[in-house]
Amino acid sequence: MLAREVLQELIQVLGAENVLTEQEDLLTYAYDATAAMKHHKPDVVVSPLSTEQVAEVVKIAVRHNIPIYPRGSGTNLSGGTIPTKGGIVLSMLNLNKILEIDQDNLTATVQPGVIIQALNDEVLKLGLLYPPDPGTVTTATMGGSLSECSGGLRGLKYGVTKHYIMGLQIVLANGEVIRWGGKTVKNVTGYDLVALFTGAEGTLGIVTEIIVKLIPSPEARKSILAVFDDVDKAGKAIASIIRNKIIPATLEIMDNVTIQTVEHFVHAGLPLDAEAVLLIEVDGYKEVVEREAVLVEQILKDEQAVEVKIAKDDKERDLLWLARRSALPALAQKRPTTVLEDATVPRSKIPDMLKAIRRIADKHNLNIATFGHAGDGNLHPTILTDERDQDEMKRVHLAVDEIFQTAISLGGTLSGEHGIGIAKMKYLDWEFGEAGVAALRRIKEALDPNYLLNPGKIVRRD
Amino acid sequence: MSVYNSLDSITEELHKCMKCGNCMAVCPIYKETRQEVGVARGKISLVEYLLSGEIEMTERLADRFSLCTTCMACNTNCPCGVRFDKIILAARAEAVRKKGLHPVKKIAFTALKMQRMFDFGMKTGSLFQGVALKHVPHKSDRIARMRFDIGIGTDKVFPMLASKTLRSEFPEVVKVKNPKMRVAFFTGCMINYFYTDIGKAVVEVLKENDIEVVIPKGQGCCGIPASVNGDVASASALAKRNLRAFEKLGADALVVACSSGGTAWKHVFGELLENDPEFKALADKWAGKSYDISEFLIHKVPFKKQGLGRVDRKVTYHDPCHLNRGQGINKEPREILKSIPGVTLIEMKEPGRCCGMAGSFSLVHPDLSVQISDRKTADIELTHTDTVATGCPACRLQLKSGVENAGIEEEVLHTIQILAESYRAGKNN
Ligand SMILES: Cc1cc2nc3c(=O)[nH]c(=O)nc-3n(C[C@H](O)[C@H](O)[C@H](O)COP(=O)(O)OP(=O)(O)OC[C@H]3O[C@@H](n4cnc5c(N)ncnc54)[C@H](O)[C@@H]3O)c2cc1C
Ligand code: SF4
Ligand code: SF4
Ligand code: SF4
Repeated sequence: MLAREVLQELIQVLGAENVLTEQEDLLTYAYDATAAMKHHKPDVVVSPLSTEQVAEVVKIAVRHNIPIYPRGSGTNLSGGTIPTKGGIVLSMLNLNKILEIDQDNLTATVQPGVIIQALNDEVLKLGLLYPPDPGTVTTATMGGSLSECSGGLRGLKYGVTKHYIMGLQIVLANGEVIRWGGKTVKNVTGYDLVALFTGAEGTLGIVTEIIVKLIPSPEARKSILAVFDDVDKAGKAIASIIRNKIIPATLEIMDNVTIQTVEHFVHAGLPLDAEAVLLIEVDGYKEVVEREAVLVEQILKDEQAVEVKIAKDDKERDLLWLARRSALPALAQKRPTTVLEDATVPRSKIPDMLKAIRRIADKHNLNIATFGHAGDGNLHPTILTDERDQDEMKRVHLAVDEIFQTAISLGGTLSGEHGIGIAKMKYLDWEFGEAGVAALRRIKEALDPNYLLNPGKIVRRD
Repeated sequence: MSVYNSLDSITEELHKCMKCGNCMAVCPIYKETRQEVGVARGKISLVEYLLSGEIEMTERLADRFSLCTTCMACNTNCPCGVRFDKIILAARAEAVRKKGLHPVKKIAFTALKMQRMFDFGMKTGSLFQGVALKHVPHKSDRIARMRFDIGIGTDKVFPMLASKTLRSEFPEVVKVKNPKMRVAFFTGCMINYFYTDIGKAVVEVLKENDIEVVIPKGQGCCGIPASVNGDVASASALAKRNLRAFEKLGADALVVACSSGGTAWKHVFGELLENDPEFKALADKWAGKSYDISEFLIHKVPFKKQGLGRVDRKVTYHDPCHLNRGQGINKEPREILKSIPGVTLIEMKEPGRCCGMAGSFSLVHPDLSVQISDRKTADIELTHTDTVATGCPACRLQLKSGVENAGIEEEVLHTIQILAESYRAGKNN
């Protein structure tokens, strides 16, 4: 419980309507989208309307030594917004304005509560695009996706969130406001704090304004589906496409378990006995797209795809992507709890990773379906389980450990796009070693010595 | 075990929710408040805490459960197939069992009382209206505003009570020369007391198609305003009363022209009466032959195309939630509109987004209701049409209130009125 005086100070700064204190409201900020996580009720939820108000809230928190948990839409998958120590949940959703779209410099300046799709709806009117597209584009905020450095389907060709962040306004842990970066493509003034705060999961500062890079929206696109009777062949096909100097916008894979589930769900015409399907999209100028599509088709055939299908029109294209988009929903309906991981390996190791996951599933007698962004090595092994079954959950945790071990031993990483949060904190030294974790901690303590910002995430306090 | 009797009935439904937050993209309430409690995910978590015993049912919790227009948009956008419509009904019924009805609803909207109040209003006629409502001059609709604020705001524009109820204007059986069918018409409250023009259009169109129309005098409110707010006892009583009235006169089919009436006959009566074998059988029998009027005219008895006269209107169509998502009816009204000579149909952005009326929701949360309605009005304005068609009198009320307050010249009609207008035009040529 917070002292009355703290609440009064918050109300004075924000107005009573932007300070939630009743438990019926607080409890709805006790969780996020992460499966099988313990919930924690915050003491208060505040929704500032300006950078100045954010700074004031931070100063109040500093004075009374209260933790602050920044929150966008709460769709992250690593427990990043759960207020494990109570305190203040800082909802950024009322800071939801697109401040500027600059067509000459190809930038947009937005507040952190803007929903990704809302920005894209606006820039598309001008023939522009903000490429990062996590599965949650219609719900996630710019501030949240920046703080997780979200990826998505277009990562292979267009990169991920960090490749589009040019400048930030940040409220530091002492309440001071700084700006870093800007609209210039080149900028080497001082350390690259923009890069540091991107993916920092709200543990180093609170982002209150974001300048992002925009690109011209591609003129045309073409989708191709390839069916394989063998995972290794699919893996070789992926490598071969890239070796032939074609960079598709999207290169997705689904394994047999996913294919079966999806096919029963949407009837998109996927062969039930296929070991893997690849879904590929090339985009760009019309002439280039036509040429690349033909090339990709040839490569896939050379790599012994059992079947290759090019979508002839938008309708066929939509059906192909419906199959991919339905992967998670279809899997999620099979069992009550869906544990979605994002271990990532170099793309050449995809077949090894897929086979390892299959072995782990068999060993622990679990139902694991795998799909994901094959082009950038980012797989989503998805464990279908039931939180209420304690015995099975034990096996789930063992399997998750082994999946991470495998990813690291293949030269990969714990998390491609979902972040560390609480969920993966304990694995960090597997990847960084003790010295690496200590370096992380020193950065955290330099910027937030009292662990007020999103404590309990990424870096554990000793 | 139905959602109306027990909270446990929705345990499995709750477990399906993976807290992905996809429902945030479509919830009309969340769009306005941006508070987690507004969206399905927030209310689902509250029900979970309630079931696990972490919290108890309080007035404040019941308040949170009132934050939902029951528009079902979250159902449609949910990757896990969570039926939030069931969850919210069960939560509200539980709230009423533990805490009683919300005070505003208790005064004005306990279903049984509502009917008595309206009947009283009809008898005393303009006297009642003169005291409470101020007439707004308007060319096509008889509408009024509240004179003073009784806790629901004075901005809302209401239709005037009709001078005679629909049911008193027709005999119980409206005969035609060579009837090809006998169809019962469930009028619903709003059409009976306020929008009698819709009811007259229904009868007119059915007669035009050689159908004998039965309008049982003993029918009453559909009970949906009661059941969605957790007042299960009143809703069950009304269900029985309606079933009795229609069974007495009998018919080959039943038509409705309001979205809640359709939901009631097709689904809710059976659910409410599941523990009463006799009435349950009756409810199922009628459910099998109940149709929305547009559904009836497209699929059951295809309406006559010859004799349709020219109606010069630029029309945009608003999908009532409980017709569109609730009953899957969205192509039929458009098909009717498109077949009328002279009518151009121009779609608005997101025609299926809730208008914010949602029965008594607009009484308990007037400000939110108006905010949601304003978005709808803005979308309508962008179509540059002269007419908004819809399939539900409650939506008509809300849409009318919206365009009126925005000062937009736009007639709001039920689809069936435009069809009736076309038959009339055909005769005058
Ligand atoms: C169904 C589903 C599919 C998904 N698909 C993808 C995918 O394809 N790719 C992908 O990368 N991710 C995916 N995600 C994960 C998630 O959507 C992203 O991480 C998302 O971008 C988070 O945005 P949010 O607004 O919900 O942030 P939140 O969850 O609210 O917050 C995320 C983190 O950012 C911090 N934060 C939020 N706002 C600020 C701010 N203004 N300043 C400082 N810190 C802040 C929070 O403290 C937290 O640590 C998916 C999630 C779900 C549920
Ligand atoms: S969309 Fe469905 S599963 Fe996702 S949070 Fe909402 S109700 Fe739950
Ligand atoms: S039914 Fe409509 S108003 Fe209610 S929670 Fe779902 S989307 Fe929101
Ligand atoms: S009045 Fe119409 S749009 Fe509004 S909630 Fe009811 S059915 Fe939906």
